[in-house]
Amino acid sequence: MLSVEGVSLAFGGVKALSDVSFDVREHEVRAIIGPNGAGKSSMLNVLNGVYHPQQGRIRFRGREFRNMDSHEAASMGIARTFQNIALFKGMTVLDNVMTGRNLKMRASFLEQALWMGRARREEIEHRRAAEEIIDFLEIQHIRKTPVGRLPYGLQKRVELARALAAQPTLLLLDEPMAGMNLEEKQDMCRFILDVNDHFGTTIVLIEHDMGVVMDISQRVVVLDYGRKIADGSPEELRNDQKVIDAYLGVAHA
Amino acid sequence: MKEDIEGLDTFPKLLMHHASVHGERPAIREKDLGIWQTWTWREFADEVRALACALAALGLKRGEHFALVGDNRPRLYATMAAGQCLGAIPVPLYQDAVAAEMAFPIQNASIAIAFAEDQEQVDKLVEIHPRCPSLTRIIYDDPRGLRHYAHEHLVPYDKLLADGHARLKADPAFIEKEIAAGRAADAAAMFFTSGTTGVAKGVVHTHGSLIGPSRTAAEMEKLGPDDVILAYLPPAWIGQNIFSCAQAYVAGYCICCPESAETVMTDMREIGPTYYFAPPRVLENLLTTVSIRMEDASSPKRWLYRRFMAVAGRVGGALLDGRPVSLADRMLYALGDFLVYGPLRNVLGMSRVKIGYTAGEAIGPDLFKFYRSIGINLKQLYGSTETAVFVCIQPNGQVKPDTVGPAVPGVELKFTPERELVVRSAGLFREYYKNPQATAEVKDAEGWFHTGDAGYFDADGHVKIIDRVKDVGALADGTLFAPKYLENKLKFFPYIREAVCFGHGKDQVCAFINMDPEAVGNWAEKRHMPYSGYIDLASRDEVYALIRECVEQVNADLALEPEIANSQIHRFLILHKELDADDDELTRTRKVRRRFVGEKYAALVAALYDGSPTVHVEAQVRYEDGRSGSVSADLRIADARTFPPAAARRAA
Repeated sequence: MLSVEGVSLAFGGVKALSDVSFDVREHEVRAIIGPNGAGKSSMLNVLNGVYHPQQGRIRFRGREFRNMDSHEAASMGIARTFQNIALFKGMTVLDNVMTGRNLKMRASFLEQALWMGRARREEIEHRRAAEEIIDFLEIQHIRKTPVGRLPYGLQKRVELARALAAQPTLLLLDEPMAGMNLEEKQDMCRFILDVNDHFGTTIVLIEHDMGVVMDISQRVVVLDYGRKIADGSPEELRNDQKVIDAYLGVAHA
Repeated sequence: MKEDIEGLDTFPKLLMHHASVHGERPAIREKDLGIWQTWTWREFADEVRALACALAALGLKRGEHFALVGDNRPRLYATMAAGQCLGAIPVPLYQDAVAAEMAFPIQNASIAIAFAEDQEQVDKLVEIHPRCPSLTRIIYDDPRGLRHYAHEHLVPYDKLLADGHARLKADPAFIEKEIAAGRAADAAAMFFTSGTTGVAKGVVHTHGSLIGPSRTAAEMEKLGPDDVILAYLPPAWIGQNIFSCAQAYVAGYCICCPESAETVMTDMREIGPTYYFAPPRVLENLLTTVSIRMEDASSPKRWLYRRFMAVAGRVGGALLDGRPVSLADRMLYALGDFLVYGPLRNVLGMSRVKIGYTAGEAIGPDLFKFYRSIGINLKQLYGSTETAVFVCIQPNGQVKPDTVGPAVPGVELKFTPERELVVRSAGLFREYYKNPQATAEVKDAEGWFHTGDAGYFDADGHVKIIDRVKDVGALADGTLFAPKYLENKLKFFPYIREAVCFGHGKDQVCAFINMDPEAVGNWAEKRHMPYSGYIDLASRDEVYALIRECVEQVNADLALEPEIANSQIHRFLILHKELDADDDELTRTRKVRRRFVGEKYAALVAALYDGSPTVHVEAQVRYEDGRSGSVSADLRIADARTFPPAAARRAA
């Protein structure tokens, strides 16, 4: 559904990505791994239009684009979460999830202000969608709690909920398990797999925890210093000498 | 109750009666997708009828048992009622039990059909299926996560219901005939006892034995169709069944199912139940939450709270009991009601509570008085699975913190010479399923049921329970030792969650203490005391000093009661882990299995008595995901000051 061909990205003299190509198939869980500074987050930012690569092509659902901005990406069905949680801290969980529906609201400013016509119908419809996701991710008990008061693991889950509220076809997760304890990680894994299974969402995720990556992803891209050094199933990578040298070897030393 | 329900001798008949008499009133509510969804009595009865037809087609027959595993859900109750329509006997099982614990009831009652709430419960049933050849159908409600299950025995509830509606349309007379065939003496439900000792036993109740006491109690408390209850305790526990089925069917009130276990507090505030039950543990947790939040409030608020809680403590209980109170105090209380008690009741979700019951364990006098002082009519109740709950209820106006009240009308009570309470009433269970020997042990030829509880009547004829008969022991010098009584006294302190006392046949009493991690954690935080986790906190000198104060206060109290003054606690230790039902240390209803704990931690008990200052412990723990690991720690043993008995002190 998505293919990346020969993408290069540089900030001044720093080459964040050089000539990276890979593809993402419909309905798969695809992981991007690599040591710190390998260009994983940059890659994700390219995919949802935050950064524009100097070279290369990105093809999403048969459409090629070069200079897409993040708003466009969102309206094409690409949603994401962030490494360091980007929620509205003062708003409740429900309101945060509702913001994920933002792009799907059609009512005009006037209708919204007067609370009539489409605005009313839409609100009910969006609330229902939001509640379904709240139910799905089991965060009913914090529905009315301001996000800033929640523990980290739950905030991560709320962020996932907000991304899902946009009903994306492609979901980009930037380190969804960073800073979590074992139990929270297991919960998150289960939710990611459930999302993939239940909504049929294609998922691209960046993760450091090798156990998690090997468990839940079907195929893995390995980046090192902005280059792709390997691409394949978790089993293949486990025996790949280059990967072991660049990443796994270091991590386990 | 205005309506005439005379002659309606089974639950299905009562259900159909309510559906025809006030079919448009709410029968059951469930919060789904954030909104309360209501089923009227008519809708509920329609679903039950259809479901019963479908269950009959699956092969469920009169006299057969079927299992229900799940939280409080309308569909669980509908399935229960549907089975009862056919004369089959529902066996609700604890939803938090591990798979292995479910195997016994299913084998014991040769259960063929089971209702499971969701994937979690289906997984457990599938796991034990090889050991339970009788199990042929698993009906599930929530299909989430079950799409890829290829198990041939799984039946989705929706499909079953659709099938049932078709059958009902084709032959509407069938189900009416089945309902009419039910008799009061037929078994209505079977509850497996939590099994404090030995294997679980199935307690068989008939329609009559459940309806009778439920009706007496409902009439005594004037419950009617306008009442509302929140069903949040496990349906497998007879109390929940009485409150959310039996009494609801008798009085026609509405039961509300919370969204999930975590949302109970919020849901309770939204629903505002008028009839409420909570075990002391839940009430205590609520009070702890309130106290912790009060400590974090601004100083004017704290001052107001302290000032008016003192007023409430002085006159609140008297006002509720209708005893005389001076005009000045009445006005002060009214002001307090406006400023503090009203808002507090609202936060607790108890603004509309007409009657609140508590039972299951002894309740701390301070805790009990707290709720009564802010105007909540909390009362104690005594009963057990075998007696269909209602044996004693404190009547309005005669509420005392240390007794459970006089017998409910229609219940006969007496104490044996061994101080055991025995009961005879219409609400007694019929038998233990397939276990005539156990039945004969507790139910004698004259129909007296031996409760196993020791106690006595106080001056007003109220029953006072002190401990289980078999746990009442004696110290080496022959004086009375009632461990539960001591443990309860310890547990009334907010910093102590559980306590286990030892002393039978010994020369002195020693105790294990389980601190309350939240209360102690908060206390430590207030003192800027860093700690890295449960074990670290539990082994702090400061925490030991805190707990010692509590223990010594209990000793001082005990010194005033001559017959039990020798039971003062000489040495104690703070356990390195919380006692847990998953480790078999507590029952599912969170009662301590004292003997098991004593055997499991025999080394610690020995250390308490041999005078050693510390003891090393290595223990197996089972985590929630079923894996096991081990923890090790060096536990310190502390001495507590004891006091001379009051008589001796007066003499000196």
